[in-house]
Amino acid sequence: MNDMRYEAPDTIDGAVALLAGGRGEVRALAGGTDLLVQLRAEMIAPELVVDLKRIPELRSIAAEDGGFRVGAAVSGAELGEHPGVKALWPGVVEAVELIGSTQIQGRASLGGNLCNASPAADSVPAMIAARAVARVAGPAGTREVPVEEIAIGPGKTSLAKGEIVVSVLLPARPARSGDAYLRFIPRTEMDIAVVGAGVSLTLDESGVCSAARVALGAVAALAMLVPEAAAALVGTTLDEAALERLAAAASGACRPIDDKRGTKEYRIKVAGVLARRAALIAAERAGRS
Amino acid sequence: MAKIHVSTTINGDAVEFLCEPEETLLDVLRDGLGLTGSKEGCSSGDCGACSVLLDGRLVCACLVMGAELGGCEVETIEAMAHGDVLHPLQSKFIEHAALQCGVCTPGILVAAKALLDKNPDPSETEVRYWLAGNLCRCTGYDKIVRAVLDAAADMRGS
Amino acid sequence: MAKDTDTGADTGYMGGDKELKWVGTRPPRPDGVDKVTGRAKFGADFYVPGMLIGKVLRSPHPHALIKSIDTSKAEALTGVKAVLTRDDFGDRSSEFVPAGEMMVNYRDIVRNVMAREKALYEGHAVAAVAATSNAIAKQALKLIEVDYEPLPHVIDAVEAMKPDAPLLHEDMITDGVEPAPTKPSNVAKRVEFTIGDVEAGFAAADVVIERAFDTSPVHQAYIEPHACVASVSEDGQAELWTTTQGHYVARAHCARLLDMDISKIRVTASEIGGGFGGKTVVYLEPLALGLSRKACQPVKMVMSRDEVFRASGPTSGAHMKIKVGATKDGKITAGQAELIYQAGAFQGSPVQPGAMCAFAPYDLENVKVVGWDVVTNRPKVAAYRAPGAPISEYAVECVIDELAKRLGIDPIDLRLANAAKEGTRAAYGPKFGPIGLVESLEQAKAHPHYQAPLGPNQGRGVASGFWFNIGGETCASLIVNEDGTAALTLGTPDIGGSRASLCMMAAEELGIEYDRVRPIIADTASLGYTFLTGGSRATFSSGLAVIEAARDVVRQLCERAAKIWEIPTDAVEWADGTAKPAGANAGDFEPMSLAAIAAIAGKTGGPVVGHAQINAQGAAPSFGTHLVDVEVDRETGRVTVLRYTVLQDAGKAIHPAYVEGQFQGGAVQGIGWALNEEYIYGPDGKLENAGFLDYRIPVASDVPMIDTVIVEVPNPRHPYGVRGVGETPIIPPMAAIANAIENALGIRFTELPMSPPRVLKAIDEMAAAE
Repeated sequence: MNDMRYEAPDTIDGAVALLAGGRGEVRALAGGTDLLVQLRAEMIAPELVVDLKRIPELRSIAAEDGGFRVGAAVSGAELGEHPGVKALWPGVVEAVELIGSTQIQGRASLGGNLCNASPAADSVPAMIAARAVARVAGPAGTREVPVEEIAIGPGKTSLAKGEIVVSVLLPARPARSGDAYLRFIPRTEMDIAVVGAGVSLTLDESGVCSAARVALGAVAALAMLVPEAAAALVGTTLDEAALERLAAAASGACRPIDDKRGTKEYRIKVAGVLARRAALIAAERAGRS
Repeated sequence: MAKIHVSTTINGDAVEFLCEPEETLLDVLRDGLGLTGSKEGCSSGDCGACSVLLDGRLVCACLVMGAELGGCEVETIEAMAHGDVLHPLQSKFIEHAALQCGVCTPGILVAAKALLDKNPDPSETEVRYWLAGNLCRCTGYDKIVRAVLDAAADMRGS
Repeated sequence: MAKDTDTGADTGYMGGDKELKWVGTRPPRPDGVDKVTGRAKFGADFYVPGMLIGKVLRSPHPHALIKSIDTSKAEALTGVKAVLTRDDFGDRSSEFVPAGEMMVNYRDIVRNVMAREKALYEGHAVAAVAATSNAIAKQALKLIEVDYEPLPHVIDAVEAMKPDAPLLHEDMITDGVEPAPTKPSNVAKRVEFTIGDVEAGFAAADVVIERAFDTSPVHQAYIEPHACVASVSEDGQAELWTTTQGHYVARAHCARLLDMDISKIRVTASEIGGGFGGKTVVYLEPLALGLSRKACQPVKMVMSRDEVFRASGPTSGAHMKIKVGATKDGKITAGQAELIYQAGAFQGSPVQPGAMCAFAPYDLENVKVVGWDVVTNRPKVAAYRAPGAPISEYAVECVIDELAKRLGIDPIDLRLANAAKEGTRAAYGPKFGPIGLVESLEQAKAHPHYQAPLGPNQGRGVASGFWFNIGGETCASLIVNEDGTAALTLGTPDIGGSRASLCMMAAEELGIEYDRVRPIIADTASLGYTFLTGGSRATFSSGLAVIEAARDVVRQLCERAAKIWEIPTDAVEWADGTAKPAGANAGDFEPMSLAAIAAIAGKTGGPVVGHAQINAQGAAPSFGTHLVDVEVDRETGRVTVLRYTVLQDAGKAIHPAYVEGQFQGGAVQGIGWALNEEYIYGPDGKLENAGFLDYRIPVASDVPMIDTVIVEVPNPRHPYGVRGVGETPIIPPMAAIANAIENALGIRFTELPMSPPRVLKAIDEMAAAE
């Protein structure tokens, strides 16, 4: 019979030591909205579950160098209530707030969404677009990792045994910048993204896009940055032709699968549609008149 | 199997229980403590029938481990009425016929109360999106939404 | 379907001029407080001391021979108290009995409850265990060794009809075909309903439209999973607490499957967390009883949501061809339909009622409907709200809409020109009595919704629907307490507020306050056989029984008053809740209230108790018309329902709020069926969306308010005019939405669900073609 242990350390070192020292399968627990489903469905049978929610660094949001450091176990509801983060990175916050229901929001975390490594994770394209950097602690010390390098395949991460994501830094951003995240789901709520698109951009004083990042979710094995889609925007005023090129580049980058949530052709088409719509929202937030 | 000893607060009362590591808060409430007002509709966080407040946050009890509850405060449907006085939401649900079979009702009431505690004057759209995680298969949601809006109006004193 | 024969009971319509105190009002439901406080006990809420946990081992294969089952390791595990397999159930001969609006066959039920020769669908029960804990029961399931020989499978009904398709039942010879086929097939049955001459009708038509349609199986998706507790003592006396639409029907099935006397099984219906037809059959109950009988301990069994989707009945998916002809001026000259319904692993799809309903809203001279009942490697279908009708009527109502467009006639006007009315002979046989289709159409046309302006990418659709409704065997007892209050004993589980409507009728008849009547749903040992809550029969049939029981009480109360006053019984009448002398000649006595008579009942002959045991006849059909506005996102294919109005004949709404609730709930289930709900199978024959995450029922933010108009054309066979209302509301939505999308885009969708990928594909194809 499975004899699962539960531990709730209150320090990062304590958590790392437990996870590194586990005999068999070990799992870190943040909000638990993915982990408990996997446990119940017997998809996983860990020997040890380490609850990270009693570690202060993982539960706090702090200003840092003009940006914000968000603890990996901060819930979506807590993040959504933070006026500073919402003002600076509205696209990231709206992406996190799209994860599941109000009930899920009470628990689901940025770190959990990242480390569950689902290609359809809503927060990840928005964080990639935002150049977010994860702080990873482990037996060998602490390292800083761009969020796009955490997931390496569906359900797989680049974290070594004993490593945890402690926090994510949402960096400072230049003036006249804005970001947005949109996803498509069949219903209005409660579904997994069929396609997700995050856009972050900066406009110059004349309204020309001077920098952009576009990331897509649920259209390949990993959430991905699409530089050619961003390139379509840079140097333009987001005119119709630029938006057409953006949509084409976004669609062109997709390597989706057919599954119960959508067809390949549907995902390819809608990736372009959402990238375009998200770019316009981001531009509006950047002060485009 | 080593059971875990947990001291927590449920509906204002200090409670101690022993649970298996794989038991959820919902298992603890229903099987351990006899609080069966929270319902199990899916055990995957998709139906909201087990909605409870955990340290003031609306959560699905099926997605919380029992072992996590040390020092926490849990509030369930069983604590919604005070003595023989129903919460205005409870009264309005009866008045508006906002339930048919009634199995989703406790979860919806807990969720609606969490909404009104946070936002005393929600729009219809806000009510609908807040309650999107609470499935109801009987009512088509119409009377539920009306009951919540009417209770909110009553509680605002208008 | 109930045969409409007369019992001669004097319970006809009393007329609309009688002043009613309770009927038609909206009092709080008697079980309301229990249900808003979490106190109400549903199926999984029963806990019994010493209770074991039962779990089911299910087939991972969609189709496999079961060569052997070795349970020895599971039985040896500490904490395991009983194991059940096919060897614990005797075989049953082929015999059809009614369950709800569908027929069931014990030969098949015993095989569906526990796989016998073969596993016929992924999720088919193969063994069950009872153990001292959930964890031990789960562990025990893993120790059961089943030797399967996987067989080729077939999921689609049209594929299953092909001669070389994998055969589910080696002895299935198609019924209803002359001469009978010599070879077995997956086609269980052919049904046909014909009137007139369709060929002549099409020859007389100026316009003929023929279209093919496909629908996906959809699940009832009640929020409460199946659950029960069984306790069998050493002498074979059994208690069963279960969530069911019909505890007498569950008792009958369990007694038959377990070779037990009916008297040995006492079934108590828990509160029921939704059913919609899906809780008219047994799954866990015979297993829990069987395990408890072996262990001599109580056994609790609860399905997971995954098990509900994989192993309990959805309704059929279908392939259909519809052909309708009409003259230029809008007279429909012929209607023809071929319906192929998949039944799941055992025969008994609702193709027969589907065939009967297809053209029922129309007064047609020439109709031919042929239906096929086809087995496939999916869970056996169960009743779902007007079983069969939403499927066939969806297809017909889409063609009617197309016909209206082709003829340049308003779709409501075309329906009005051909609508069934009193005296119309339906294709399936009987002539309709007074019905409210025309009224629902006229009120739809006059409704502000029908004239409201539409924006870009928006469209409006209309569709009508028909369902029979049923009566059936029903008992009720009405006990007058010594203080003048009353206890009402009922046999139909309350699935959506029927306690309220039934207490209202009792209070109305007795002339007492509504809140002085306390209802109880009796267990099977406390009241006579009562057919299940289904077929929109609870308020109608239990209502008739309650009224008859109340009139029995009134008769007795008049007798008591006559005794007290020492006058003849026929000199006493009951009016305004009191016994009074029937006239000046009867004598001069102060009227006696029910409470006054009850207080001294001991001195006048003992307690006053009224009772009725009836086979309710005269259930009248309910017709409805729905209006819907949608908006389509042309870039993503999303369809948003903007506005919705249900107009339906209720005969007489006893408690209008719960009638509206039936209209609203049915409409939203139909919205789900139209737009997103479907069973998705992989090539391996396994269900890919067995959960609420990917089986997408509507959430609160998906739908608008659902406006309702209660049309009241009284049923002449009920004292207050009641018709069943629960099922008709799920029939029109799929066609109404398809018609609205057509109105918005100019694209006719003929496949459900109209999910975003499907809609976007059609939009892109149309754009490419232009």
